[in-house]
Amino acid sequence: MSNTTASSAMPQQRDTRDGYWRHLRHIMSDNPLTGVSFGLFFSLIAIAVFGPYLVPFDPVATGAGPALQPPGADHWFGTDHLGRDVFSRVIAATRLDLLISVSAVALSFVFGSIIGCFAGYFGGWTDRISGRLMDTIMAFPLFVLAMGIVAAAGNSIENIVYATAIINLPFYARMARAEVSIRRNAGYVQAARLSGNSELRVLFGHIFPNILPPMMVQISLNMGWAILNAAGLSFIGLGVQPPTPEWGILVAEGANFIISGEWWLVIFPGLALMLAVFTFNLIGDGLRDLVDPQRRT
Amino acid sequence: MSLGVKSKRVLTRLLQAIPTVFGILVVCFLLTRALPGDPAAYFAGDMADAESIEQVRQNLGLDKPMPVQFITYVGDLLQGDLGTAISTGQTVTQELAKRLPASLELTLGALIVALVIAVPLGVLAATRPNSWVDHLCRFLVTAGVSLPTFFTGLALLYVFYYLLGWAPPPMGRLDMMYLPPEPITGFYTIDSVLVGNWEVFRASLAQMALPMITLALFTLAPIARMTRAAMLQTLASDYVRTARAAGLNQRRILITYAFRNALLPIITTLGMVFSFVLGANVLVEKVFAWPGIGSFAVEALVVSDYAAVQGFVLSMALLFVALNLLIDITYTLIDPRVGEDS
Repeated sequence: MSNTTASSAMPQQRDTRDGYWRHLRHIMSDNPLTGVSFGLFFSLIAIAVFGPYLVPFDPVATGAGPALQPPGADHWFGTDHLGRDVFSRVIAATRLDLLISVSAVALSFVFGSIIGCFAGYFGGWTDRISGRLMDTIMAFPLFVLAMGIVAAAGNSIENIVYATAIINLPFYARMARAEVSIRRNAGYVQAARLSGNSELRVLFGHIFPNILPPMMVQISLNMGWAILNAAGLSFIGLGVQPPTPEWGILVAEGANFIISGEWWLVIFPGLALMLAVFTFNLIGDGLRDLVDPQRRT
Repeated sequence: MSLGVKSKRVLTRLLQAIPTVFGILVVCFLLTRALPGDPAAYFAGDMADAESIEQVRQNLGLDKPMPVQFITYVGDLLQGDLGTAISTGQTVTQELAKRLPASLELTLGALIVALVIAVPLGVLAATRPNSWVDHLCRFLVTAGVSLPTFFTGLALLYVFYYLLGWAPPPMGRLDMMYLPPEPITGFYTIDSVLVGNWEVFRASLAQMALPMITLALFTLAPIARMTRAAMLQTLASDYVRTARAAGLNQRRILITYAFRNALLPIITTLGMVFSFVLGANVLVEKVFAWPGIGSFAVEALVVSDYAAVQGFVLSMALLFVALNLLIDITYTLIDPRVGEDS
């Protein structure tokens, strides 16, 4: 955004805000996919919140129908080897999958921002130590590191969240560091410092709000990846335990049946997973267009 | 006596890898010590009383201060000692060494396929914006980053094994009917070619096709995206405009001027791509029962075989560092801005 003309005067601020909404509308009409992705996003949230109450069958109850039924009128996505309704399980899994990735991304956003802000603002030793730390995390293939962390810390859902948060930490820390260090001596920061604000207050009250837009883009691009990671970990048997419905586990359970032709056990949870990741990636691209029109691809 | 600029840079880069490897060792050490509960009680077994747990603690050196334990750990590693895998009774080092060629063959094969498809695709997409090639490129890039690898693998299996019957069943590296070739490189495809056994070559390639395509589909997305972006940038540059104005032919402009300069950012992204591909490799190996180090780690996870998992994490990290080093050295060697004599 061009903030060069925006001062703290009220009417002018409203102008920039109006411009922002006009820009948003322009982006939406320019790329209809962005509008679609916002629609998908809100349906995902709705499914996660209300889905478990609306499903036709109990997602963990066996014998909701005959075993291994192909999709039909009674069971839209068919049934699995224990006669559980796949549609109910896929819908019920949304909440857990989103919960895991949202908490992981929230954790890495908070801690990554703090580390990055300190590194970018104070520089020197803080910067060197945190940089070394992030480099060490990035020196591992990230999914493999997550496997190692969960294996060492214990096989539970919380540890999946922590592991996903740790492997995403460097992205937020690096971005926050870069964004803070270019604003460290901006005019408004010097003004804030001159009027007697403490360093921490300048950093978190004045600089941090200004780095939020690029960080938001990072979050939505990262969400899809966090979902994929969590699902991948549970696909190899970490974290979520059966019979809890979760997309990765549903695909893993169905994997045994794909070579005998029972495709619906894998395809539907896989498509749900794909749709969720796709939604967040599209939103990320749309938000990036909104925040930084120069980097459009 | 003085070294050339390039050799000096390569040497500096090699030295820079030392702190990275040290960091990896520290993290791996901390992971082995972060086992749930008391490691001594774990290694002593369920039936142990307090006295024998204490005995095990002393034997393993767990009563010593952490820095001493770390030095012992690194010393063991230097001798190639990663502990014993519970599930097979062999040492972890032996198990990993036995399975590493299978993983490398799959990963490198997928990387080559991805590069061969993604780079020309990205170049074509950049030279013809908004044509069907550009749209195809954009579609593949979006699909590639949204598709979970394990899901792609299973979907391909359903279509090519169950429906069409083209692919062999997902049962490892070679059909039971054939004997694996004499190990020379450990790669079945290369070994069978070396001894001239075309039948085994065909069989092993057939087994490898689906997992390789799965991994390549996932890998080519970031490469194609970067190639397209880098080519767009170099094609818009002043030197390409000058070359056009000077009347050089299209092919020369595209390859000598634009592509050679676009190559550098592409190579830089490869580091990130390696990270993805080594992670995705684990999932693909599980789907196709590929007997590599990834499926070894997954089996070890199921039976809580910690030594095996930690050995796997460490060797993957070292492999990743080695690949990145290789990339950076290549980068230095092909960088047209640095001459050997300057």
